[in-house]
Amino acid sequence: MKDFIIPWDDDRDLGTPAKTGAPVTLSVDGVEVTVPAGTSVMRAAALAGIGVPKLCATDSLEAFGSCRLCVVEIEGRRGTPASCTTPVAPGMVVRTQSEKVKKIRRGVMELYISDHPLDCLTCAANGDCELQDMAGAVGLRDVRYEAPENAALANHVTPRNTSGEANPLWQAKDESNPYFTYDPSKCIVCNRCVRACEEVQGTFALTIEGRGFDSRVKAGGPLDDFLSSDCVSCGACVQACPTATLQEKSVIELGTPERSVITTCAYCGVGCSFKAELNGDELVRMVPHKHGEANRGHSCVKGRFAWGYASHPDRILHPMIRDSIDEPWREVSWEEAIGFAAARLRGLQEKHGRKSIGVITSSRCTNEETFLVQKLARGVFLNNNTDTCARVCHSPTGYGLGQAFGTSAGTQNFDSVEQSDVVLVIGANPTDGHPVFGSRLKKRLRQGAKLIVIDPRRIDLVKTPHVEAAHHLALRPGTNVAVVTAMAHVIVTEGLYDEAFIRERCDWDEFQEYAAFVSDPRHAPEAVEALTGVPAEELRATARTFATGGNGAIYYGLGVTEHSQGSTTVMGIANLAMLTGNIGREGVGVNPLRGQNNVQGSCDMGSFPHELPGYRHVKNADVRAIFEQAWGVEIDPEPGLRINNMLDAATSGQFKGLYCQGEDILQSDPDTRHVAAGLAAMECVIVHDLFLNETANYAHVFLPGSTFLEKDGTFTNAERRINRVRRVMAPRNGYADWEITQLLANAMGAGWSYAHPSEIMAEIAATTPGFANVNYEMLEERGSVQWPCNDDTPDGSPIMHVDGFVRGKGRFMITEYVATEERTGPRFPLLLTTGRILSQYNVGAQTRRTENTVWHQEDVLEIHPHDAETRGITEGDWVKLASRSGETSLRATLTDRVSPGVVYTTFHHPGTQANVITTDFSDWATNCPEYKVTAVQVSPSNGPTAWQEDYEDRARRARRVLPAAE
Amino acid sequence: MSPDKLVRMANQIATFFHSQPGQDQAERVAGHLKDFWGPEMREELKVYAQKGHDKDLDVLVRRALPMI
Ligand code: SF4
Ligand code: SF4
Ligand code: SF4
Ligand code: FES
Repeated sequence: MKDFIIPWDDDRDLGTPAKTGAPVTLSVDGVEVTVPAGTSVMRAAALAGIGVPKLCATDSLEAFGSCRLCVVEIEGRRGTPASCTTPVAPGMVVRTQSEKVKKIRRGVMELYISDHPLDCLTCAANGDCELQDMAGAVGLRDVRYEAPENAALANHVTPRNTSGEANPLWQAKDESNPYFTYDPSKCIVCNRCVRACEEVQGTFALTIEGRGFDSRVKAGGPLDDFLSSDCVSCGACVQACPTATLQEKSVIELGTPERSVITTCAYCGVGCSFKAELNGDELVRMVPHKHGEANRGHSCVKGRFAWGYASHPDRILHPMIRDSIDEPWREVSWEEAIGFAAARLRGLQEKHGRKSIGVITSSRCTNEETFLVQKLARGVFLNNNTDTCARVCHSPTGYGLGQAFGTSAGTQNFDSVEQSDVVLVIGANPTDGHPVFGSRLKKRLRQGAKLIVIDPRRIDLVKTPHVEAAHHLALRPGTNVAVVTAMAHVIVTEGLYDEAFIRERCDWDEFQEYAAFVSDPRHAPEAVEALTGVPAEELRATARTFATGGNGAIYYGLGVTEHSQGSTTVMGIANLAMLTGNIGREGVGVNPLRGQNNVQGSCDMGSFPHELPGYRHVKNADVRAIFEQAWGVEIDPEPGLRINNMLDAATSGQFKGLYCQGEDILQSDPDTRHVAAGLAAMECVIVHDLFLNETANYAHVFLPGSTFLEKDGTFTNAERRINRVRRVMAPRNGYADWEITQLLANAMGAGWSYAHPSEIMAEIAATTPGFANVNYEMLEERGSVQWPCNDDTPDGSPIMHVDGFVRGKGRFMITEYVATEERTGPRFPLLLTTGRILSQYNVGAQTRRTENTVWHQEDVLEIHPHDAETRGITEGDWVKLASRSGETSLRATLTDRVSPGVVYTTFHHPGTQANVITTDFSDWATNCPEYKVTAVQVSPSNGPTAWQEDYEDRARRARRVLPAAE
Repeated sequence: MSPDKLVRMANQIATFFHSQPGQDQAERVAGHLKDFWGPEMREELKVYAQKGHDKDLDVLVRRALPMI
């Protein structure tokens, strides 16, 4: 028998997907091969090293059996079955080559080619076309079809016939999508694109229109093109298309790539693996990597297409400094910029004390870079003033899950969803925020798993083709704890909890207290209905579905954390999972969907002011000793300042200098005016970023950053998976970000000498138990690994808490609902909640600098038609959005996705300044800002507010750059 | 930091621990403040309380003050 271990970077197309049945042995062309039952003959042959010609089959999609190119002969069976749709059987004897099948294949190819343009040499897919390959493979030598006498040969290829009349079968190219084209003349109607859109992406945007010879692929309805259809531009169809029919515009422009490097998307917390395909050091396209364990060969529009920002003219490539923020920027050498920054920071420390400066690490940078930035604070500034933007998104996850389970990370891998029976999505919008996970979830839902959505807004998942939520609880923003506790009330009082699990895995006494607490009638769905707006019967039904539906998995996002009771809701979610025994195996678990690509990593790497890498509090002398020994310094045992404390301390004159890497705190943090005042009060703000972001308006030093394409390192995604980021081209700014931090540290006397990020990872592994066995050689070999990865779990940990909780016994926490102080009243009667959309990413600094803007040119305010009507607002009107903190203007759109009383917007565009309105209320435990609830009023307006115009004007002035000196 | 904010944040923490079972809520408030607030903020809170404003503070915060 042959050895079938496939190295993880072998990405041959095996024709049909893998199956998992019992082993079956058969023979293909005399080669014996053993495969799982259910495998197709085509795949078995491919595994035996024998390629059967094929067109309509590809291993990302179920077999379809339409082209008949893959016919084979099977001993004892009549005819010539299609190998892609024929499952293997024990003892089967298959022949893939015979005169008979060769003849059939040539006939099939002849038919295809007779209706295909013969412009191979100038076609964008030349060299990368399966039709071309197959014509070669079957030995096609001539095409004998001829036009009938007195008539042209019917085809889709020529716009006009020989006498100049328009050919009704011919259709023009559709170039409406900014990233790919559809050329109907090249379509072989293999249906791969349609199936990719259904099976892989789950959008169902494509259909085959017409029948037989007339059939063509169609996006959306009769009047649609790709752009106006439901297509979300994920590119799955482009990848699946065997011909140039669906083709990346970048390939049309730049030619087919000749080399590829495997790397990781730098947008969201799904952490998709990609092959960056290049010519020399010019990026041609990004193709999701089939063996990427987070994405399994799929991606969304951002990762696949939105990388143009890396070469956008706005990108700053030279360091700049200025003495004060009303001066224009001066371009200087790296040496001068670093020297200027180091001298200022040291000067501030001398004058105002050790604790007068700090850092903000980035959730967009690599683990290695983040580790260095916090090390800069702890080992060089000698304080714990380090924080990260994860503060403003998932800090409650850290606290809440830490309390309940003993560690602050998601419990599952993404594959786990394939085993879930009931999926509870709360305060998250996976199809927009975590699109590839969204697609994987939808796939499971189409197979019959039930969906529960708890969200004030009707997110797409609630109803999308072939998916419909069993329950959607459209609660009032700010009442998560009440709803989650009411669910627990139903589960406990109706006796639906998993007693065996709780007795074995949790603290029984704590459970008793908890059970008594939730059983109190004041937590009954009927009692909280008026508060939450959720009908009691619906809430009861939801709780029953979750508790009794089989494997129950919870996925949550910022709609849970960004509240004044964010941490409490996280604990409530952990309670629900423990109550129902849904922890510690596949298909269940508690899964925070992280926002940015490396939120998980930036938290792991000790970015918070109270904890060293690996979530260990700075008060622990034994932990400090590890780092003190490694770094040769004394580590401050007291927690340092958090972002908002830094800003407060700046306003009151104690905090003076900030090194901010890869974050735009002015745009992403709440209460913009407060942030601006804090920044303006500092004497040395160093912004290290790709673009002159909004924060840079208040900066004295600008250090140009490198993109993920230009450096080595690792990102850790929402499933704790450590993925490699690989340098595919030299940094256009001269240095990778970790090198820049090192330059700054050394200019302050640190004496660091890292030559490669792998050396930083070695230091992380040596100091952080969960990373003990992680190193670059291992990642090279395995592709990725999920922490903890150490001597106890040398292969990493796809699922956590399998045999017991990290903290020993799982802990039930009492979750009392406390109303936020942010209340509606006569002046501010509506509740604003915020979110994001698919095509834009976070503050949008990158995506706004790509063609993705065709899908989202501005932030708009969603308002219910009733609320709009009483205010005299109609679709597309400019409206003023005001809260206690401030006001801004944007356009309104009327929709019943939001309930009456609730309005919704995104925060991708700086012009909108949605955070001018958000308040400085925050989570009780972590001070994660309460972005998701702000009392507002909406009224008609006629354009941008004075603040917005004023802001624009100041921003323009702050961005002036002096021409470089001769 | 503005005293209002400081008081609000401290009281928010106390509110959570009020709801927790056991006799050691004040200790747990103190523990939380020590774990997550830097020494400067804790000092500010103490000074604020000493200035005779301690009636703004939740009873648990008041009881926690000597422990932080
Ligand atoms: S790009 Fe994605 S969503 Fe659009 S048609 Fe293709 S597969 Fe469907
Ligand atoms: S567009 Fe491509 S994938 Fe779709 S049917 Fe035509 S040839 Fe096949
Ligand atoms: S943005 Fe997220 S889902 Fe999209 S490709 Fe990147 S990692 Fe994957
Ligand atoms: S590849 Fe099997 S029928 Fe097309």
